[in-house]
Amino acid sequence: MIVDSSESSLKAFLKTLPTVDEVGVNARTATLATRSIKTTSKAWAIDTAISMVDLTTLEGADTPGKVRALCAKAVRPDATDLTVPSVGAVCVYNDMVSTARTALDEIGGKHIPVAAVSTAFPSGRASFKVKAQDTQDAVDAGAGEIDMVIDRGAFLSGRYGEVFEEIQKIKAICGEKAHLKVILETGELVTLDNVRKASYLAMLAGADFIKTSTGKVSPAATAPVVYVMLEAVRDYFSSTKVRIGVKPAGGIRNTKDAIKQLVLVNEVAGPEWLTPTLFRIGASALLNDLLLQRMKMRDGYYASPSYVTLD
Amino acid sequence: MSAFEYAPALESTSIVNIAESHKLFINGKFVAPKSGKYFPTINPATGKVLSKVADGNEKDVDLAVAAARNAYVKVWSKMPAAERGKYLYRIARILQERAREFAVLETLDNGKPIRESRDTDIPLVAAHFFYHAGWADKLQYAGVGTSPKPYGVVGQIIPWNFPMLMLAWKIAPALAAGNTVVLKPAETTPLTALLFAEVCQQAGLPDGVVNIVTGAGATGSAIVNHPGIDKIAFTGSTEVGKLIATAIAGTKKVATLELGGKAANIIFDDAALDEAVEGIVNGIFFNQGHVCCAGSRLLVQENVHDEVLEKLKVRMANIRLGNPLDKNTDIGAINSAAQLSKIKELTAAGDSEGAERWSAPCQIPTEGYWFPPTIFTGVSQTHRIAREEIFGPVLSVLTFRTPQEAIEKANNTPFGLSAGVWSEKGSKILWAASQLRAGVIWANTFNKFDPASPFGGYKESGWGREGGRDGLSAYLKGGN
Repeated sequence: MIVDSSESSLKAFLKTLPTVDEVGVNARTATLATRSIKTTSKAWAIDTAISMVDLTTLEGADTPGKVRALCAKAVRPDATDLTVPSVGAVCVYNDMVSTARTALDEIGGKHIPVAAVSTAFPSGRASFKVKAQDTQDAVDAGAGEIDMVIDRGAFLSGRYGEVFEEIQKIKAICGEKAHLKVILETGELVTLDNVRKASYLAMLAGADFIKTSTGKVSPAATAPVVYVMLEAVRDYFSSTKVRIGVKPAGGIRNTKDAIKQLVLVNEVAGPEWLTPTLFRIGASALLNDLLLQRMKMRDGYYASPSYVTLD
Repeated sequence: MSAFEYAPALESTSIVNIAESHKLFINGKFVAPKSGKYFPTINPATGKVLSKVADGNEKDVDLAVAAARNAYVKVWSKMPAAERGKYLYRIARILQERAREFAVLETLDNGKPIRESRDTDIPLVAAHFFYHAGWADKLQYAGVGTSPKPYGVVGQIIPWNFPMLMLAWKIAPALAAGNTVVLKPAETTPLTALLFAEVCQQAGLPDGVVNIVTGAGATGSAIVNHPGIDKIAFTGSTEVGKLIATAIAGTKKVATLELGGKAANIIFDDAALDEAVEGIVNGIFFNQGHVCCAGSRLLVQENVHDEVLEKLKVRMANIRLGNPLDKNTDIGAINSAAQLSKIKELTAAGDSEGAERWSAPCQIPTEGYWFPPTIFTGVSQTHRIAREEIFGPVLSVLTFRTPQEAIEKANNTPFGLSAGVWSEKGSKILWAASQLRAGVIWANTFNKFDPASPFGGYKESGWGREGGRDGLSAYLKGGN
């Protein structure tokens, strides 16, 4: 998969990708959604899903207090049961990175990275100078992961070179300090053919993860979109021997949805991807439902939502 | 647990109550066979006997035909058409209400995965009855003139691969058109047909309109040769189809025959390859490949052969073979010991003729009848596995260089039931569809069924169509 960053070379390469038949993908994901995950496999899936959650707050109203509370939840999702694993990462806006980093370090969460959304998230509509500075600030403040957005306008108008170059430059800013997750915002790309093309652009440009959505656009992490992205990382691995991660974000609110995501990972990309280093779920409400289901499996009955913490 | 292994998720069998033995269903009642003989029906996933079923002989068929004739003359042909429709609607609704029961019983008796009996077979069965219920009072639009007439008493013989679905394909149009029926289910899968007899009682269907006579080949022969039968509808092997055609030659009987197939599934290099791979899997491994229209000959353009095969093997390694009652099972048991030995015989011929065998790495249960999903590469047109119907989860892979060659190879078979075409180029699909000599052609999909869509074969794959207006008209004689 040798390709240089010139516009014409990228265009030519993307044309060689097989097209995606949406009807076929919808049928396959509908079948996979009927997988029935019970007992021991459900328990395993719940704990695995918890360890993959990028616990997220991306609100204008975010405060240091809110972020610290979120960090506490990230380290010990269920204070009454210390066998619950901690989450994959804490995901915040740029200006909250140092607050989150400090909070995590203080309460035994040194192993949990802080992910910062970047490059004029969520729309990506700013000059590259601003995007670069946005990223640099986050890395300097201790972000271990950068969740950048691609320039959907450039992609949709066919300026693939611009999209590619921007990702490369942001990757350079991340350097060794931060992993790069590239958000495709599939709800704005609309077609599955676009999802496949954008996935390849991001992987070729140096993404460590490809991520579906900002969570600010609907639809977000639909099963067909995640399916096509998982195929992309699987095929990219088969030609380069490099494993790229996948992060669905947005719309995954309950345990059933999360387990369906894990089934997709297992049967499309393969079991090697079932680790937080290669699969994350961007979510906020999901964690509490996972905890409630975990309690149900342990105790045999459903607890009131009052038994899980709000943060 | 270190990997994501799916724990067993078994569908409960408590919903079905299988009697120790089953009688014949004649004239609205369950009656003992004249011979007093019963034969076992087994669960192919375990090899254990599920129940015993009456062995109907000529005398039983005689009674069934007389009951059907009586019901036709006295009740069914006199009834206003809209009333006939109401019975069919009622049957359709009961089938939906009892869908889980039918799905579980079908899986137990046939060996197919519960996911398929639950999500495909039984919903389609109900759909067929709903569709034909609507036709009952609109027969003047069936395309056989302004005053179409039913044939009278129809003898119907169905196979074991889709026991309930084939029953629906046969009984629903026959009743909608105003005929009465004597139906023989396959000897290895009679139980859902007998449960359907209960549904007929529950729906209050007049006695004798539907009669179910169980048995093996001799029972079928008694139906075919009975002088009181006006029309034969058969689904099964081409071999038996030819016997039926011979038997009815020179009689007043007409027949529709749905016979074997050796469908080509053609993958052009401009196809959406990942979905084409799904289509290959669905085409040949759906229902363990026990499908007359299965895409059993893969014709793949040579320049994408390696890529398609690599993707196909990765995908096949994910197929879950095992207990058909497990909701996560993708491929169930081979229906019978006889079928398993036929599959083994033909695949052995594939080996000895020089094709290369590859089977998905799945664990085969110790009891029951099983065959792993298997592909043969390096197959040429002369190989037996490229010509004969295997009727199992076995795919023969052939290549072609140009679209013309694909069509020539696809048509180079005595069969002509179905075909698949995979391309993202609309003009190529339309061109290929017009060249292929097959009754059903799927474009960028495979094994999709709908009651409104006619199904049937060219050449040795059969006579006539089932489903849609064409299928309905096969149960009607033209008026003026």
